[in-house]
Parts: sequence; structure tokens; C-alpha cells
Amino acid sequence: MLGDGILKGMAETARNFFGSFVSAERLTTVEYPEQRIPTAENARVFPFLVYDGADWEAGMRCVACQICEKECPPKCIYIEKSADKKPDYVGKQQFYLARFDIDVSVCMSCQICVEVCPFEAIKMDTEFELATEDRFGGLLFDRKELSRSNEYYHSIHPTEATEVDARLTEEKAKVEAKAKAAAEAAAAKTAAAASPAPPAEGGS
Amino acid sequence: MRTLSPIFYLLAALTLAGGLATVLLKQLVHCALAVTVAFAGLALLFLQLDAQFAGFAQILVYIGAVAILIVFAILLTRGSDLPKDGVFSRSWPLGLVIAAGVFAVLGWAVLASVGAVPQQNTVPAVTVHDIGDALVGRYVLPLEIVALLLTAATIGAVIVAMHEKERPR
Amino acid sequence: MIATPWATNPFFVNLDQIFVLLRNWLVGFLPAALRPAAGVLLGVIAIVCVFPGLFALTTVFERKGLGRIQNRIGPNRVGPYGLLQPVADGIKSLTKEDIVPLRANAAVHFLAPLVLVVTVFMGFAVLPVGRNMVLVDMDAGLLFFFAMGAATELCVFMAGWSSRNKYSLLGAMRAVAQMISYEVVLLLSSVAVVMITGSLSLPKIVAAQNTYTGVFPHWYIFTPWGLAGFLMYAIAATAETNRSPFDLPEGESELVAGYHTEYSGFKFALFFLGEYLAMFSISGLGTTLFLGGWSAPFSFLTWVPSWIWFFGKVMMSIFVFIWMRGTLPRLRQDQLMNFAWKFVLPFTLLNLLVTALWRFMGEGWARWVVCSVILIAAYVVMGRLEMRSEHFGRRRYRYAE
Repeated sequence: MLGDGILKGMAETARNFFGSFVSAERLTTVEYPEQRIPTAENARVFPFLVYDGADWEAGMRCVACQICEKECPPKCIYIEKSADKKPDYVGKQQFYLARFDIDVSVCMSCQICVEVCPFEAIKMDTEFELATEDRFGGLLFDRKELSRSNEYYHSIHPTEATEVDARLTEEKAKVEAKAKAAAEAAAAKTAAAASPAPPAEGGS
Repeated sequence: MRTLSPIFYLLAALTLAGGLATVLLKQLVHCALAVTVAFAGLALLFLQLDAQFAGFAQILVYIGAVAILIVFAILLTRGSDLPKDGVFSRSWPLGLVIAAGVFAVLGWAVLASVGAVPQQNTVPAVTVHDIGDALVGRYVLPLEIVALLLTAATIGAVIVAMHEKERPR
Repeated sequence: MIATPWATNPFFVNLDQIFVLLRNWLVGFLPAALRPAAGVLLGVIAIVCVFPGLFALTTVFERKGLGRIQNRIGPNRVGPYGLLQPVADGIKSLTKEDIVPLRANAAVHFLAPLVLVVTVFMGFAVLPVGRNMVLVDMDAGLLFFFAMGAATELCVFMAGWSSRNKYSLLGAMRAVAQMISYEVVLLLSSVAVVMITGSLSLPKIVAAQNTYTGVFPHWYIFTPWGLAGFLMYAIAATAETNRSPFDLPEGESELVAGYHTEYSGFKFALFFLGEYLAMFSISGLGTTLFLGGWSAPFSFLTWVPSWIWFFGKVMMSIFVFIWMRGTLPRLRQDQLMNFAWKFVLPFTLLNLLVTALWRFMGEGWARWVVCSVILIAAYVVMGRLEMRSEHFGRRRYRYAE
């Protein structure tokens, strides 16, 4: 009949109107910035550098391999290596960072730097309220501003962080096991080299 | 001779100004708006004479429909271009003679009718009820003829508009 | 009639007539010669204060109402629950730069919103807002109201033409065509009421509806012809004031802003004010004609002041306008015009016939049955005819000549 579509439509809007006072399904507004929707776990905005332990300089995982600088599509990463080396989490001597700048006004959050990093040193942050009045300096983050602890990484991406930690401990265990095996083999060799001497010296 | 109230002079001046503006202004749409002012002046004159129905019908019909019709006609027929030879035609003496003749006939008709209407000291209060009674009682034939005329006009308009749809493409 | 003794209680009678008493008291300070003029002036001041105040309230309720219908909150930052938003809007429109296009016709461009608001305000002069509360009790009050409405159309055209902008002109043409078509419907649906009441005077129409059988009032909407007339009147009123779904002339996505494209600042606010005031006055007239004006819905509620009933009914109509705006998509120009001339107008003419039948059939249940059957049958048949005319098939093109 003519007009029944209009009546159905009006019933639906009336349901919307009265429902918006009682149910959250009918009122989907979130009044930012007083209320915030929690971000999803795999949200990503700009990168940060992970460090283990309490000291950000000593515990930083980054070894200045410069792979992320080369792979970054808009070339927003600038790296300068250190002059000397220091041991990393498995004990191997590695370079460390003298300078690590990311220009977040250029960064396009593509996550390629994270994907190519072999050392799990750079990960994506979820912090997006970074507006500043200083257009150039305020959006150029250096290595101190980019460092975040591993605990922070656990707090924003728990699943990923636990996986990464598991992988790193596995690597460390493997390296240690190999080192122990090598040490044992070396010890056995020196023991084997030292052991035929006593029977020759026996008697008298 | 009764003295005319100052309001009458004011309204008469308004109507005359509207009429003069209609013929003297250059832009055609301005002329249409000026004739609307003249209609409004006429309506106010009716109201000043306590003829409520006539006054409001004047606004409703003339300003609400006829003025809009004039405006539509101007806009749809590209009448907004200024005429090349200016707004006054060259045969204006003839126009003056014809206008004077029409005025003389109308004036004679009005003055002659003063004797035909019975003199009353008070203005008769004519309600809408009386007008309705007269329309369907004494003047029903003119009413029906006007209705017929309007119907014919409507059908004509529909036919003219329908013609455009008939041509297949 | 089941009336409560409260209705004749002096307290409630005084409350009902409080504004009349206030006016008489204030006017009593002046000499007798000035009293009528002063009384009218006070009435005018009251109208000019009350209705724009209602307009301010309506803008915020519309935005919040539409927001809730659209699953969001409306404005809620200015004042508690956003109720002071109109103050912010008013300050904004007063302080904006008033831009007049260089080639626009300055005089007409200036006059258009002015004359619009003036004619719309004049329409309030004949509305009976409460018992004994009409500014001018004219014999031909209804005709005066429609005369003012007709003058409004010319202002719309003036606004569109004077802007020297093809979008404005197009919007103005569409608006005027729409307003003229639905004006006919508006008038004819009111004629049915005039036929039954026998008078064009609005206070008399309300007085005719102020009687009760038992508990129920004799409002015209409770009769078959009154219900049909009210529905047609409501459709025509929505189209007259360019409200959704008939708001093509001012649709933002279609024509920028139609005939008020070239207006900024306070003149734009005046157009806005004019549109909402037209909405109020047309709702007021609809309330007077069909919903009983200031009369109470049940006979035991007559103790509530009459002006509360009037404004309550007008605000309910406004709420329905807002509801329709939130529900329906916009009608295209040709759909709009087809609807007016091919469905609404024939139905209104039939309604006139049915009203005459009602009048001459005399009291009794027979006339209820006959009139209802005729109207429902006509509605169903015309509805079928309208919906049948949709042809699906190869698209046919019509080119402009």
C-alpha cells in the first residue's frame, strides 16, 4: 500500500531515537578526547627502538646494521654507526648507534623497517597524539626519544612481544648450547691431548 | 464632498509610484517587482475601505500568482536584455492619446455609477458570508463561466506541455 | 461532558488568561485614547519575543534530535546539554562578513530576506494562541494568512534572481514552482474546514472544535474528512516550508544552497529564521484548523491553560517535522511535482466532495461509514495507480528543446 515504506522508516528512526538513550548499540559516538576507544593490538603509527633492562643506552638492541635505513621507502631514517663495538645479547661484538633519527612527518607507517630488522630492535608504537607546534624540529625524533623499554613493548603488543622474547631466548640458548658444546669439545681435546702423557711416565 | 483620510493619500502615492516605476525602470525584472508594489498598494486601498475579502484576495491572487507568472514569463523568454532603442517607443504621442481616451471612459463610468448606487451614511459591513451568498445566489452564472474559462486555460496548458512529450527520440 | 470543577476554579481561569490580564494591567497605565494601540503593540512585542525564542530552542532540538536519530549526540559543548548553542550561532552569524556579489542587484538582494521575514511575522497576527489571545480577530483571518504565505514566494524568487548566480536562480525557480503547486493543496484542504465551520475566522474555527461528547473532543482530525485533510495539509506544509523530503531547493548536495547561496552572515540567518518561523506559523495554522487549536484533548483536562495546549501541539508538529527529516530521502523535482499534481491534488478535491457529503448527510453513524469507505477506497486505488506507473525497461531519454 502507498505509504507503508514511510511508516516503516519512521518506526526505525523512532527506534533509533529512543534506543540511543538506553543502549550503546544505538549511540556509537565516542566523545574524544574525554573518552577514547582502546586501539587494536596490531595498530601501528610510528616506529620505536626497543631496549632490554633498565639502561636505554646499554640495553638497546639495535646494532646499526642500517638495513632499515636502506629499506625505508620514503627514506625517513638516518643512522650513524659508532666507532667501537660492544657485545650484544648473545655476547657477540656489534656496533651500536651514535645517531638514529626518524622524521615522522615523512614516515608512512608501512612497517617495512620492522619486517626487515634481523635483531627485533625496531617495532611499531601505537601513540598517535603527537601534534606539535614546531613543524620541523618537533617531528624529528632522535634515538633517545625513540627508545622504549621491553616492558613497554609488552604492554602495547603483548602477543608479539612474548613471541619475540621467546625467539630471542631460544636464539640465546642455541648460541649458548653451541658455545658449551664447542667449549666441551675444546676441553675434551685438551684433555685428550693431556691424557696419553701419564702412562709414558709410569715405573722407576 | 467628504475629505479623504491621510492614509488614503499615502496609499495612493504608493500605488502611483509603483505604477510609474513599472513603466520607467530599465531592468524588466525591476519593472515586475514595481508592479507588485502597485498591486500591494491596491490591496491596501481595499483594506482601507474595509473590503477585507477583496484586499486579501488581491494579495493572494495578484501578488501570489500573477506577479510570479509575470516574473516566470520574463525569465523564460529571455526578456532580461535591454531593448536596443531604449525603453520609450517612438510613437508615444499616439500612446498618450489612447491612454487619455481609456482614462476618460473609465472616469465617466465611475462618475456615472455614483448616481446608480444608493447613498448611505454608513459603510455597509460586508462579511465573507455575504459574498459567498451572493456568489452562489445572484451571481452564480458569472461564477460558472469563470470556472469554465479557468478549466479551459488549465486544459490548454496541459496540452501545450504535453506536446513536448509526444515526439519520440 | 465530563468536566472537572477545576476548570471553573478562579486560579486556573486566571492562569489561562494570565497574559490577557497582564496586558490589560499594563495598558491601564495609559490614557484611554492610547489603549487599543498600546494593547496591539504589546501583543506584537510578545510575538516578536516568543517565536524567535522558540526558533532558537528548535534549532538546538533539531540538531540533537537528528543526531539521536542518526546514532550520534548532537551539539553538547555550549552550555548544559548544548542548550546555549543558538547563542553561539547567533554571535557567529552577527559577526560574519556580509558579502554581496559585485554584479548582484544590491537593492533587491538586500530586500529579499527582509520582506520574507516581515511577511512571515505577519502570519502570526491571526493565530489564536489561547482563549481570547489572538492579536487581530479578522473576519477573513484564514485568507489573510494565505495571502502572507503567497507573498513569501515572491521573496524567494527575488533572492534567487538578485544573486546573479545560475545555481541561485535555478534553486529559486524550483522553490517557487514547488511552493505554488503545494499552495493549491494547502488552500483546498483548508477549504474543507471552512465548509464545515462556515467561517473564515480562526477563533471561530477553534470555538467550533472546543465542544466535547463525553470525554472526547470534536477536533476535525477525528473525522474521516478531517484526517484526510490533515494528512494532505501536512504534506503541503512540509513542501511549502521547503523541509525534507521536499528540500531540493536548498539541498546542499544539489545546488550549493539554492536561492540563499550568495547570502552570508546575518542575511543568511534571516532566511533561516524565516524558514523556521514559517514552519511555526504553518504548524500553528494546522493546529488551529484540524487539531482544535487551544482546546484540551480530553474534557477533564480543560483546567490546563489553553496556551500550553496550543504550544504543545505546535511543538509536537515540529517534532514530527524533525522526525520526517531524519527518516526520508530527498524527493527529486519531477517526483515532487508529480506527487503534487497527480496524487495529492485529486485526493484533496475528493476530500472536498466527501466533506460536502458529510455536511449534508446529517448526524449519525451512516456518514462516518460512507465517508471513511470512500476515502480509503480512493487512497488505495490512487496508490495502486501511482505505483503502477513505474516502467522498468529500456531507458527513454528526453532532451531539452
